Amino acid sequence: MSTWSRNREPFLLTAAATVLLLGGLALAFFWAPEDADQGFSQKIFYIHVPIALTAYACFGWGAWKALRLLWIGDRKYDLESYTAIHMGVIFGLLTLVTGSIWAKVSWGQWWTWGERQLVLFLILFLFYSSYFMLRYSTDPGPRRERNSAVYALFGVVLIPVSFLAVRIAGTILHPTIFTHEGANLPGEMLAAFLVCLAGMLALAAGLYRVELAGKRIDAQLRELRELLA
Amino acid sequence: MTTAEKYVTAAYLVLLGAVLTYLVIIALKVGRLEQELADLTRMAREKLGG
Repeated sequence: MSTWSRNREPFLLTAAATVLLLGGLALAFFWAPEDADQGFSQKIFYIHVPIALTAYACFGWGAWKALRLLWIGDRKYDLESYTAIHMGVIFGLLTLVTGSIWAKVSWGQWWTWGERQLVLFLILFLFYSSYFMLRYSTDPGPRRERNSAVYALFGVVLIPVSFLAVRIAGTILHPTIFTHEGANLPGEMLAAFLVCLAGMLALAAGLYRVELAGKRIDAQLRELRELLA
Repeated sequence: MTTAEKYVTAAYLVLLGAVLTYLVIIALKVGRLEQELADLTRMAREKLGG
């Protein structure tokens, strides 16, 4: 990738995210019909589900980079995997908070332990939150990079479990919108949702690029300080 | 404002708040990196006798 495109990538991604998110929310509020069952509170769906899917994507991306580190051995993948998991944890926390707000207005409670999808997402979130404890409990170097990569790969197994559990086991409260038969919502809602999802993924990609650049500069400055000392 | 509208607003504000918080963190980080780079430039100049 050329320096020109690498330097402009965060700008282009965040610009795309702004346009897509504003467009998606305009569609959600002014074009998509109000849900017959939940009413206005269903509008949370347009950010909650894209945030949750983005969290899964970040964890998956982190695991892919971890696999590349273990497979190829290039140390640059360690920082990329760590940054993706960092982003995943932020989006995971946002999923839990927006989900709790939606739960309160729809079900009358902030949280319920009876829902497998919620509990499995919480486990996934806590698993990846512990990644940082593992990472910083060992000294920097190949050993820490390998341990972190193995941990990141273990966590990715929880993603399909979390995603499919509610479909296999059935659910009482948490709605299942996407089934084997397709999307269980009107076309306008689906279109608004897809634009919001694209915007959220672009936002995560933009933040990932900015964060990665910051971490790389940090590492290079540390190296330079050691050379000058 | 209905109860549903209040909760929907709260959910969207959480997202906005997170993005703004991230912006503040990045701004602080850029400031720190700028300071560190200035220190290293000074150290390099001293080392080279410039």
